[in-house]
Amino acid sequence: MTNFYDVIIIGAGVVGNAIARELSRFDIKAAVIERELDVGGGTSSRNSGVVHSGIHYKPGTLRAKLNVQGNAMMGNLCKELKVKIEYLGKLTVAQDETDVETLHSLKAQGDANGVPGLAILNKQQMEKLQPGIGGIMALHSPSTGIICPYGLTIALAENACANGVHFYLGQEVTAISRTEKGFEVKTTSGERFESRVLINSAGLYSDAICRMLGIDEYRIYPCRGEYLILDKRLAGTLSLLVYPAPHKGGAGLGIHLTNTVDGNILIGPSNEYVDEADDYACTAEILSLLKKEGHDLLPGISAADFIRNFSGLRAKQAPPSEGGFRDFVIESRKDIPGFINLVGIESPGLTSAPAIGLMVRDMVEKLLPLPFKASFIAEREGRAGFFYELSPEERADLVAENPDYGEVVCRCEQITRKEVLDAIQNPLGVKTINGIKYRSRAMMGRCQGGFCLPRIVQILEKEFGYKPEDYLLQHAHSPLFAGRVR
Amino acid sequence: MQTLKRDLVIIGGGPAGLSAAVSARENGCDDVLLLERDRILGGILNQCIHDGFGLHRFGEALTGPEYAQRYIDEYEKLKGDVLLETIVLNMDEQRNLLVSSRHGFTKIEAGAVILAMGCRERTAGAISLPGTRPAGIYTAGAAQNFINLQNIMVGKRVVIMGSGDIGLIMARRMTLEGARVEGVFEILPYASGLPRNIQQCLNDYDIPLHLSTSVVDIHGKERLTGVTVACMDETLKPIPGTERHVPCDTLLLSVGLIPENELSRAARIAMEPRTSGPQVDDTLMTSIPGVFSCGNVLHVHDLADWVSEEAALAGRSAVSYLEKNIAPPEKKIPISAGNGVRYVLPQTVSGLMDFTLSLRVASPSRNRVITVMDGGREVARKKIVRLHPAEMIHIKIKEEKISEADKLEVSVA
Repeated sequence: MTNFYDVIIIGAGVVGNAIARELSRFDIKAAVIERELDVGGGTSSRNSGVVHSGIHYKPGTLRAKLNVQGNAMMGNLCKELKVKIEYLGKLTVAQDETDVETLHSLKAQGDANGVPGLAILNKQQMEKLQPGIGGIMALHSPSTGIICPYGLTIALAENACANGVHFYLGQEVTAISRTEKGFEVKTTSGERFESRVLINSAGLYSDAICRMLGIDEYRIYPCRGEYLILDKRLAGTLSLLVYPAPHKGGAGLGIHLTNTVDGNILIGPSNEYVDEADDYACTAEILSLLKKEGHDLLPGISAADFIRNFSGLRAKQAPPSEGGFRDFVIESRKDIPGFINLVGIESPGLTSAPAIGLMVRDMVEKLLPLPFKASFIAEREGRAGFFYELSPEERADLVAENPDYGEVVCRCEQITRKEVLDAIQNPLGVKTINGIKYRSRAMMGRCQGGFCLPRIVQILEKEFGYKPEDYLLQHAHSPLFAGRVR
Repeated sequence: MQTLKRDLVIIGGGPAGLSAAVSARENGCDDVLLLERDRILGGILNQCIHDGFGLHRFGEALTGPEYAQRYIDEYEKLKGDVLLETIVLNMDEQRNLLVSSRHGFTKIEAGAVILAMGCRERTAGAISLPGTRPAGIYTAGAAQNFINLQNIMVGKRVVIMGSGDIGLIMARRMTLEGARVEGVFEILPYASGLPRNIQQCLNDYDIPLHLSTSVVDIHGKERLTGVTVACMDETLKPIPGTERHVPCDTLLLSVGLIPENELSRAARIAMEPRTSGPQVDDTLMTSIPGVFSCGNVLHVHDLADWVSEEAALAGRSAVSYLEKNIAPPEKKIPISAGNGVRYVLPQTVSGLMDFTLSLRVASPSRNRVITVMDGGREVARKKIVRLHPAEMIHIKIKEEKISEADKLEVSVA
């Protein structure tokens, strides 16, 4: 069977979903094909969750332009999609005179990029914003924010889906061929897809997609960053983000502390090129280095405050020998009409995603008519944040309306049965345990599901008829269980 | 929102809460409310279907559910009040509780509170386990829940990291259900579980226990395919060259228990870093008058029997407090852990009553004497043939021995 679309997007990361959501405003047939069983399983869910201001990128580059534009769009987008965002601001801190020079050149660069409100602060002014802070001088960027990266990725997909975009999850693209009208795409499910426009937003696999169309000029070098997640006990320690001044040739922005919108603190990320695009291991060496950093940066921290570690991969075009950053590639290929190619969307990809959506929409418009769709709904249903964040009175009212709000399933994060049921019945039809975790926040607390995973398994069995073999952690071959007790 | 006034509220219906509730009713409190977040009473005992409970309390070997049922029946006979599927979201310093259930949110103003929330298991994240995060990694207690309560097998080829009691029990349980247990790997040079469990759960089933050895890497991107284990030096660092790969599809973690004191911290109760539980006096009262603590939320116990015994004291003390028989004592004699002692409870005593000291030693040894000293004066001593950090030690101390004491120190000599 062949499925015909005007536009097919390969990859349901934050960029692919932002493009899908943007295109869902128009009266066309669009689909997203994703190899994982859920959206945002790669780089989009494994990063610092920072909405960058745009001081770090050379004026005139796509990264500079799309970062600043995306930052400005993000507030309204989050309001529409009910995603939590906080514009906390950031201090980039200088330790010595060399760093001070770096701050001045960052400010000049930021000003040239149109970053609003940048200011160089002296020690006294820094102290006012973050008491006890080290360093001698800082660059303050008030437009830097934090966001839940997987929350945004899921919300974009759900809104696109509500507006008619089809999502094909768990299907890896195996071959692409050009047809008279456009493209034919084959996937591991055996299904065939045809489209007039094909968009490559496959992230860590974008070079592989290029090669399927005979484009050999790109190669992605996965560069791993490891993180530690800290207990919520430490929430409130940081009133804004604090980064070290960057040093030349670094592939990232340096190890730093980042608040998350849900009240944890992240330590990371490290920087290490790896061979495989799905090597999400953590290493003993880097974890102990991160812990040391944590103790240096947060004197009140104890061993019990580290609740989880994870790693993410940057889709870098710069090989290890080169280091540093290359600009995003976002191109409508002249040699392959109808093929829009996105390669090397590493940091600030999350911040830039809404602006990339607009840019790609303009490219599509040159290939296809894009008539507006009257039925487009910009608002996503629900509310930003979780039940536990409401006042006791608001919560009491909701429990009276729906008793499922009164039953706490995840005790660490106080996530209710209603929220777990909503996550299970998500609009994209994602059925994995991690899908429930990313949507409900259950299993993300200090007991890491020790208490609530058995309860969630019970809900899935009793309410949704799951059998032991139906439970998958995240991937197609990640069964939770081996069967019934004999 | 509904507001209730209750004399005594007990948070948690596991072994501690049940025993405290029975004791409070027996000691004449008419208004006891036991809060339990699960659908049934008994707490973790419900999934402990092995026997060995009750040897000290009842002189017979019961299973966990049987042991719990003794208390549930007793509490029913005493017509005690219970709210099931009810969770306490918050508690403040004035003993006001915010409680949630399917029936709604309720505020409870409690005359006295007994904290009996138990403990949770340390996770892979808490020990910063390196490697990948495939399916197949469980805490031993979660696996026990799946197998014993939900009839679900978590895996077929198992490695157990850490030699805590639940891990040992699960080594036997998985074997009995047809899984192959490759071994138990303990980072310390001695087991952290009870000697009787080493014998009955490992030795009797030829399951190897590897001491000074730990899991240092996890393999598998989707389901677990194996772990790397390595021998540890004295500083608990892997010795290079000793790594070996152990194929498995399941890793069970039994690497420690952490008292579940989120409510205690929210109420700003003074905490003891050595136990991760509240600081208490000889009545088990915490730093907040009228709030008592017992069981695994106070300190992690080795046997449920000792939990019950301790909780019965908390129940009696709460009743005395409500009857105004115990005001906070004028004199507080501090007790500290000296040489060879990991921790000692209670942290202070009044000198006005007999009390039982609970302690754990820091490392295994043989033929030692535990001494309780008031400066140069010996208050109590106990000779012990085999000392092990896994086994709690109790020493009964008479009021007349300490009524004049300034401060007490407990040491292994």
